[in-house]
Amino acid sequence: MSIRAQLMMVMALDKCLGCHTCSITCKQAWTNRDGAEYMWFNNVETKPGTGYPRRWEDQERWRGGWMLDGKGRLALRAGGRVKKLTTIFGNPDMPLIDDYYEPWTYDYANLIDAPAGPGTPVVTPRSRLTGKPMDLTWGPNWEDDLAGTLAPDDPALSGVEDEVLLRYEQVFMFYVPRICNHCVNPSCVASCPSGAMYKREEDGIVLVDQDKCRGWRFCVSGCPYKKVYFNHLSGKAEKCIFCYPVTENGRPTVCSETCVGRIRAVGVVLYDLDTVAAAAQTTRASDLVEAQRELLLDPHDACVAAAAERDGVPHEWIAAARRSPVLALAKELRVALPLHPEYRTLPMVWYVPPLSPVLDTLTAAGYDTEDPDEVFPTVGDLRVPLRYVANMLAAGDPAPVQESLRRLLAMRIVKRRRQLGEGSPAAVASEGGMGLDDVERLYRLLALSPYDERYVIPKARREHAGAGQAHHGDDTLGGRGRG
Amino acid sequence: MNAQHAWQVAAFVILPYVALTVFVVGHVWRYRFDRFGWTSRSSQLYERRLLLIGAPLFHYGTLLAILGHATGLLVPKSWTTALGVPESAYSAFSKVAGTTAAVLVVIGLAVLTVRRARSDRVRAATSRIDWLAIGLLWAMIGLGVGVTVGYNVLGPGYDYRETVSLWMRGIFTLSPSVSDISAAPWIFQVHATMAWLFLALFPFTRFVHFWSAPVWYLTRPFVLYRRRRGEVVLSPGESRGWRTFGRSSAGPRL
Ligand code: HEM
Ligand code: SF4
Ligand code: SF4
Repeated sequence: MSIRAQLMMVMALDKCLGCHTCSITCKQAWTNRDGAEYMWFNNVETKPGTGYPRRWEDQERWRGGWMLDGKGRLALRAGGRVKKLTTIFGNPDMPLIDDYYEPWTYDYANLIDAPAGPGTPVVTPRSRLTGKPMDLTWGPNWEDDLAGTLAPDDPALSGVEDEVLLRYEQVFMFYVPRICNHCVNPSCVASCPSGAMYKREEDGIVLVDQDKCRGWRFCVSGCPYKKVYFNHLSGKAEKCIFCYPVTENGRPTVCSETCVGRIRAVGVVLYDLDTVAAAAQTTRASDLVEAQRELLLDPHDACVAAAAERDGVPHEWIAAARRSPVLALAKELRVALPLHPEYRTLPMVWYVPPLSPVLDTLTAAGYDTEDPDEVFPTVGDLRVPLRYVANMLAAGDPAPVQESLRRLLAMRIVKRRRQLGEGSPAAVASEGGMGLDDVERLYRLLALSPYDERYVIPKARREHAGAGQAHHGDDTLGGRGRG
Repeated sequence: MNAQHAWQVAAFVILPYVALTVFVVGHVWRYRFDRFGWTSRSSQLYERRLLLIGAPLFHYGTLLAILGHATGLLVPKSWTTALGVPESAYSAFSKVAGTTAAVLVVIGLAVLTVRRARSDRVRAATSRIDWLAIGLLWAMIGLGVGVTVGYNVLGPGYDYRETVSLWMRGIFTLSPSVSDISAAPWIFQVHATMAWLFLALFPFTRFVHFWSAPVWYLTRPFVLYRRRRGEVVLSPGESRGWRTFGRSSAGPRL
């Protein structure tokens, strides 16, 4: 055993308003600079939708993440070490700025400098790349809220697109905020020929060493989530830093802190470095979610705690893992799921799937969504939303999504019955595979979400660090897993 | 021995030593003060199609040419003869390799130059030192190709290992022989002079990415971890240096 601590985030998709506050506050904190205009460490996508950058989920095209080779071993989808070094001069899998969008500003000076005339002076868009006037034909969240389309260009729709197109009552929509997942098996790190990217031992945050990055740009294509960006002026890669200057002080990331819908939970999980490779190499797609859940250890287990202590996980961190809201949602209550587990990077941002598409579809079909006898038997029949969410959060396997949705439904109905004093709540809870105390816990975490229960973040241990900001030296340690 | 003109001493003795000094000191300085600027400065985000053609051609050609120069200039003729490589085989091989390198480099650099000039996005991100570097590359490569084509392919062939190489190695043994290089045709002399200028410019351009060729990627573990260490680092700006060298710091003017 070799225990490591990791900061993890869970987002409850039902509660996301799609307000983009998280994206804006993140941008103002971290990417409000030249060369970083188009970078959104946090972005919010309408689903179904093409995403950011366009069609990022299409790994046939971008070849990000890991896959299993002929012998069932983990391999980078884009090819191995030799392939990387021989294609270093031109990376065949690198997106173009147009796959994101061409960043622009406006010639604000014209408002002041325009000569006197009959009309009001206007500002026109100017490219941030060339400084020239440009026509705006695509931009961030251009197709927000399914704007202008009922047939989004979305790889995850494969297999259900016809039904989505044909049956109006099956059209559904929800929002997915995305940051870097600070993966336990990060393919961005594995793809970086310079060794400039690393995972911090203490909290699992994945960073780019700006002094060691040489701009080979394989991390950009290697990340299947397209969450490493290339600063086109500095020639270096940049990515979400999980707000480490803030989290090191025990406070939540900027996107979490400012989230209007309180959808985010941040906490500590423990995992065993020695089991990472096995989890990532899980053969069957339908076992992936369970394998990734299994990776998260139970901090109440005395063996785990003792091993963690031995491996240098500070006491406060083990204590925090015991109160971890993310462990509760992902493992104990089994409602959160990893984003695209089939990329095999073992992402550490998970999502509670949205119930709203299911409820909308049921309502449209004339069911009473408060009646357990009507609702539970039909959940499995809702092919389109289930299949779609399963493509996103469960490698195409509807079972874990269904389990999560049943629990969420059970919580709703139990709380309603309690409120009205009708029926037997315990029976409903067990429909969702839970006891009443589980329901209460789920309700606290998802509905009430008190600040100090949804964010349980221990401070970084500082006694060994020098003055000023904690610095990670470049005494790079070799990783387990694939060597 | 011929009389040495002052310009010959300047071009064939002083310039090489000045260039080598600038080369070495420049690299040390750049590495210490501008590690953030040490990058290939990829422009692939702006333009993909031409880069995927031009950059591999140019780089494979360049690496071949570097290899050729290293053997031709630094390995004494007596060594290859001692190894039993007949002169005819050596020159036939260097003819083929040299011509291949020349074709790759010229086509590659032509594509890259056209791309840099024609694409608005790439041009806006090109700094003055980039243009200077490209100009010098063309001057050096143009003359080098002239040597290869003029002497080896079309002409009778010229055994530069009897003249240029002796002078070259003399520079490293602190006994440069001006008479040797002076005996070589003018085109060799100018090509070599361009190469010294190129070396003097090298540390201040994106060319430094050459030293970072990530060969150790072949053997290192895939996932890297780092542990916190108690040390204080200087923040950017705390050390004085030409941080913005080799990149357009301000971006396009708006
Ligand atoms: C084996 C070592 C080398 C590696 C791995 C390497 C890699 C690269 C990479 C990744 C780029 C960026 C391409 C892009 O825009 O995406 C680049 C650009 C460039 N490299 Fe190299 N390079 C090497 C050696 C050299 C050498 C020896 C020279 C010249 C003497 C050179 C000259 C250039 C130039 C001029 C560019 C800019 C091309 C352009 O965009 O116009 N490189 N190199
Ligand atoms: S999501 Fe983050 S940690 Fe995971 S591969 Fe992408 S950049 Fe790396
Ligand atoms: S701030 Fe919260 S509610 Fe608003 S878009 Fe971001 S994640 Fe959703």
